[in-house]
Amino acid sequence: MTKKMQFTRDIRLGVMAAFAAGLLLPGCGKSESKGGGNKATVTIIQNIGSDTMVNLAQAWAEAYGKIEPSVSVEVSGGGSGIGVAALINGTCDVANCSRKLEPEEVEKCKARHGHEPKEYLVGYDALSIYVHLSNPLNEISIAELGEIYREGGTIDKWSQLGVTLPGGDEIIRVSRQNNSGTYHYFRETVVGKQSDFKLGSRDMNGSKDVVELVSRTPNAIGYSGLGYATKSVKILKVSKKKGEPGVTPNIETTWDKSYPIARPMFMYCPGTPPPQVQKYLDWIASDAGQAIVKESGYVPLPKK
Amino acid sequence: MEMETTGAQPGPANSGNGVRAPVTRRAQRRGWEQVSEHVIELFIRLCGISAIVFVFAIFFFVFREGAPILPRLDLWKFLFTPYWYPTSLGQARYGVGALILGTLSVTALSMALAVPFGLGAAVFVSEFCGHRTKEALKIVIELLAAIPSVVWGFIGLTVMNVAIQKVFRVQVGLNILNASILLALMSVPVIVSIGEDSLKAVPDSYREAAFALGATQWQIVCRVLLPAAKNGLLAAVLLGVGRAVGETMAVLMATGHAVNIPHSIFDSVRTLTATIAAEMGETAEGSDHYRVLFVIGILLFSITFLMNLAADLVVKGIRKK
Repeated sequence: MTKKMQFTRDIRLGVMAAFAAGLLLPGCGKSESKGGGNKATVTIIQNIGSDTMVNLAQAWAEAYGKIEPSVSVEVSGGGSGIGVAALINGTCDVANCSRKLEPEEVEKCKARHGHEPKEYLVGYDALSIYVHLSNPLNEISIAELGEIYREGGTIDKWSQLGVTLPGGDEIIRVSRQNNSGTYHYFRETVVGKQSDFKLGSRDMNGSKDVVELVSRTPNAIGYSGLGYATKSVKILKVSKKKGEPGVTPNIETTWDKSYPIARPMFMYCPGTPPPQVQKYLDWIASDAGQAIVKESGYVPLPKK
Repeated sequence: MEMETTGAQPGPANSGNGVRAPVTRRAQRRGWEQVSEHVIELFIRLCGISAIVFVFAIFFFVFREGAPILPRLDLWKFLFTPYWYPTSLGQARYGVGALILGTLSVTALSMALAVPFGLGAAVFVSEFCGHRTKEALKIVIELLAAIPSVVWGFIGLTVMNVAIQKVFRVQVGLNILNASILLALMSVPVIVSIGEDSLKAVPDSYREAAFALGATQWQIVCRVLLPAAKNGLLAAVLLGVGRAVGETMAVLMATGHAVNIPHSIFDSVRTLTATIAAEMGETAEGSDHYRVLFVIGILLFSITFLMNLAADLVVKGIRKK
């Protein structure tokens, strides 16, 4: 009996020891593989922010990893707001942002790090207006978009835009969550800076989700980055005013500024970046880096 | 207290067994066992108290983060207006009326679906099916409970969305109905397993007595078992409600996430939990928006607290009768 008790106690101790070892082991393994695996230590660049830019940033990171194996760029999305928060808190090396930093955000950064964040223009995105493939509408004006999305706006039926849809007349607005850079840009340029969105829009958590929902919903309209266009949605031409010809979002119309809702995409560093990060940002601005912008469906920087 | 009596049992058994063991060793063992007994008792007691400590700690933390804005918050506007504009540059407004309605409507519909199915399944598993079917069913139901909520959300976003659009010919499949079906599927396992336990706890003599009086199996279930297991079944339903109110990821994906006062089950809504999940990540710490999200946390806390309290009172009322 006592022997048996002793035995079970031993087993228990053994199990506990195994658990403890299990907890410790992964930690050991990591540090070893980092230090001992490669001869040169791998520099990790933390790259956080804009959901609009996350696919692009990932493509850059992968391409750069092939050219420069000693640098590993770790990309995560979540929204421009998350990038800015990480920039202010100093938890990232590079923050992606699909809008310019607000003055107060620059101030916060200054207060935290002692100097202003450094801004890098890395490309443009033509914010595109998506509708379902079956929708007969071809173009829309900024004013009409404003009436659709603004609180108190007068347009909420497709017939008001001069089209009839078989499914129903109600316009189903697809929007973004309120910390998204795309949401802020859309509010600033279309809805009105001091105005608010009409309640009842479907607020998606990602750029891709907007296009996805629009592609499944015949009566929907939504806005998202040009890089997220697929064959199952239709992109509307956008005109500045009703009556003016609509402009298709593409590289040329963004460069000559005829497309009214194209926006710059930025990367921010908290202060002067270390040489490895600077090299990465220089590479992004180079022809090789800009070619990837084009491949991802965005608008590269115009050639000087 | 029970631990002590059962723990002491090996003592006499030992002394009976090891008659030839030296007296000193026995005394030593007793001393060691007494010490370990105390340590274990202390540990168990700590485990028991920890639950209370954790609840208060969580409430304290949530309250501390949310409290600074409470004096400035117009409670009437907060609770009863639908205007949720936390990041507005012109006029920030914090009204969660639509969010409360969203949570309530999704919870209510999901319970309307889950309670009959859950209790029915519990009765079937406990009373009507054979041993083998019972084991198989229990395993499958537990499997249902093990599916992560984000997977449910994914099913809602892709499969259910299209199915609801086709079956009901509505514009958007991300709505109250979609989320409620998912929540019902998620809370059925909870209701079944707890409901089955409480039916099993009804003594067999009740069944035998009813059977002897010539009652059919159905009469036994609804006249004898259900009244006898009332408390347990109520607890099962309330746990299901708790699961539905607190669920976040699946409803975030399946409701459509629209701040909207619902008029039918095909309207998109947004729930309190999903709002916290979607917005908490990026609010600046200490900002009004951040604090209001914590106030929503307090609100959720109060809702579940009131519900548990009501359940307790109901159960006590039933006992008195």
